[in-house]
Amino acid sequence: MNQQNCCCCGGNHVDERLEKVMKVIEEHKTVKGGLIPVLHEIQDTYGYLPEDILKIVSKELDIPMAEIFGVASFYSYFSLEPKGEHIIRVCLGTACYVKGAQGLIDRLSKELNVEVGKTTEDGKFTLEATRCLGACGLAPVMVIGEKVYGRITPDDIPNILKEYQDK
Amino acid sequence: MAFYRSQVLVCGGTGCTSSDSMKILEKFKEEVKKHNIENEIEIVRTGCFGLCELGPVVIVYPEGAFYSRVQIADVEEIVAEHLVKGRPVTRLLYTETIDEGRIKSLNETGFYKKQERIALRNCGVIDPENIDEYIAFDGYKALAKVLTTMTPEQVIEEVKKSGLRGRGGGGFPTGLKWELTAKSKADQKYVVCNADEGDPGAFMDRSILEGDPHSVLEAMTIAGYAIGANQGYIYVRAEYPIAVQRLKVAIKQAREYGLLGKNIFGTDFSFDIEIRLGAGAFVCGEETALMNSIEGRRGMPNPKPPFPAQSGLWEKPTLINNVETYANIPQIIVRGGEWFASKGTEKSKGTKVFALGGKITNTGLVEVPMGITLREVIYEIGGGIPNGKKFKAVQTGGPSGGCLTAEHLDTPIEYDTLTALGSMMGSGGMIVMDEDTCMVDVARFYLDFTRDESCGKCTPCRIGTKRMLEILDRIVEGKGTLEDLDKLEELGKQIKAASLCGLGQTAPNPVLSTLKHFRDEYIAHVVDKKCPAGVCQALLQYTIIEEKCKGCSLCARQCPVNAISGQVKSPFKIDQDKCIKCGACLDKCPFKAIVKK
Ligand SMILES: Cc1cc2nc3c(=O)[nH]c(=O)nc-3n(C[C@H](O)[C@H](O)[C@H](O)COP(=O)(O)O)c2cc1C
Ligand code: SF4
Ligand code: SF4
Ligand code: FES
Ligand code: FES
Repeated sequence: MNQQNCCCCGGNHVDERLEKVMKVIEEHKTVKGGLIPVLHEIQDTYGYLPEDILKIVSKELDIPMAEIFGVASFYSYFSLEPKGEHIIRVCLGTACYVKGAQGLIDRLSKELNVEVGKTTEDGKFTLEATRCLGACGLAPVMVIGEKVYGRITPDDIPNILKEYQDK
Repeated sequence: MAFYRSQVLVCGGTGCTSSDSMKILEKFKEEVKKHNIENEIEIVRTGCFGLCELGPVVIVYPEGAFYSRVQIADVEEIVAEHLVKGRPVTRLLYTETIDEGRIKSLNETGFYKKQERIALRNCGVIDPENIDEYIAFDGYKALAKVLTTMTPEQVIEEVKKSGLRGRGGGGFPTGLKWELTAKSKADQKYVVCNADEGDPGAFMDRSILEGDPHSVLEAMTIAGYAIGANQGYIYVRAEYPIAVQRLKVAIKQAREYGLLGKNIFGTDFSFDIEIRLGAGAFVCGEETALMNSIEGRRGMPNPKPPFPAQSGLWEKPTLINNVETYANIPQIIVRGGEWFASKGTEKSKGTKVFALGGKITNTGLVEVPMGITLREVIYEIGGGIPNGKKFKAVQTGGPSGGCLTAEHLDTPIEYDTLTALGSMMGSGGMIVMDEDTCMVDVARFYLDFTRDESCGKCTPCRIGTKRMLEILDRIVEGKGTLEDLDKLEELGKQIKAASLCGLGQTAPNPVLSTLKHFRDEYIAHVVDKKCPAGVCQALLQYTIIEEKCKGCSLCARQCPVNAISGQVKSPFKIDQDKCIKCGACLDKCPFKAIVKK
């Protein structure tokens, strides 16, 4: 996305993402159980939960940092570290597992030299395992960003990765 | 209202969307415009048709022509030939629907013939983002009936009469749950929909939300009236973006039509619904954990009692039901509890949705009357096992369930029969396994899942699943012993007895049921150090069959660790001590002389 910030006050960039998040925090001040919806918004906006932003949440919603960390670390959807440029998610749902999805993970892990749940050193790829993506008809399934790859074998992986490596 | 001579339904379920069905939809719109027939042809995006295996799926009415595995490049031809000239493109039709040149109705095909659609009745039929279509198919009729002609007690009576039991896994009688919650006295009550669909290989609830979101909204509103609540929450997985989006649209439309909000149908009953997103914790499907999560905390279960019906969300009486349970309610109200109770069996009424997957020809979503046999579902509807392989087992109930074998194929599908055989109905995952599936590996897969998802609140579950997994790891690596099998059984029983919530209480099931039905396979792993299905890498050996080897040396050049040696034109040999079992040689041999055993 092309983010053009206007600089009207001496190079002091208005951070659009921060503004959006601030608005959501404001809206959730009076919502019962509003912390998790706010964390979702931050995760979607930044791709992870930056500590600076969590500090703002703590102050605005009057929830101690320890509790926020407790909640954020409990749920696997939230990440406290930034992720790679391309997120590779391999379905490890039962239908895909039975059709050999573990082989895809092993191959990706080898090709990219990265463990599941981790990001490559160059920050290009994050390798994740997920549950049923609802596309069992295409099993085994892998998703890179938004693009879905179905009925693939480990040998298809080098070619698929090439599409992203040179970009 | 516009009249269309033909309708093109394009599947917008997750399966088909993943293979670009939305681009196909756009292409249809473009092509239809090109031919100047956009006023005659209606193009509708629907929810899942069920036969996801053949996706992307497109159906053209009035003929009911079922196009399967449609590519963008095919659209031009379908429009020019079928829509303009009235000649269906036979090449692309689902072969089961062609009968001597005539197009058979879908209901005559093996996949649909034995199905009966109540919860899925609108999926693949209406545009889920258009409330008018839902209304045209009797939508909100049940709500109108309830609010204008029935008392809350009568509503509960009707649900009790239907015999409906919870579809989220537990199978608790729904009417009774409504009655208990209605009887709790409080200034505030809540209605919750459990759309956290935790079974890692299933997508029933997701398809209902994607294909017919209003049915769930309507049912929750009816439930609110019955128990005396004015606020509802839908707790849905954040990993289901299409479902979340369609729910948002549906809630907005329902509010605009006055079907949610204040004074619904001009009565003094008010009800509204909020969406809350799950965040990737399986245990949050457990009802008390789910409510802790809505309240903004870590989603850990609480001891029961108190039950949600007495003290749930924010300590108020709360009714919690599963998506599919709700989806049955509008039809029960419109057609009567007795109508529903006339389907199914004595103790399991109505129908059940299953997500068929694994080694089966027709992967997809099916809804069948209770009491149908596993054989009918797997062979008649599912089309059997592909590639001429042999059926080995079917797993139901996901990580809480168990495996059934060929000898159980004629078992009727009912809550109590499945439980008696050591499996369970569960929420609807049904995974078929063939001779190439290793049952020890499958058991390990489920246990790895539950160990990972244990919330850690109680020790038997947290430590016990870890111990069991360590043993299973040893077994698949060829380091297991016979005593390990007894240890697994012992540990499993302890975890079941001592855990706080359903996750721990059921986590050992996949292991215990495979130990019971497939003990031979475990013994092969621990005694003979072999994996009969050829899955467990550490137990496999790559060998070259001397008689077949022509000594071309292709394999030796492929091996990354130089484990293969020999003289050109005489048989080669693999040094087992050096071999790292990468499998690279296997595919390279032009004479199929290398085997993995
Ligand atoms: C570990 C665990 C996971 C569960 N996951 C789900 C789930 O994903 N969806 C669901 O509807 N019920 C799930 N349940 C069952 C719920 O606790 C609850 O019984 C159900 O939502 C009640 O609705 P019903 O009576 O309509 O089935 C789970 C239970 C346990 C113990
Ligand atoms: S049984 Fe497991 S998941 Fe359930 S409360 Fe105990 S530790 Fe948590
Ligand atoms: S399996 Fe791999 S390591 Fe073993 S012999 Fe074949 S190529 Fe070499
Ligand atoms: S199990 Fe992988 S998409 Fe369903
Ligand atoms: S998603 Fe299209 S048929 Fe199931």
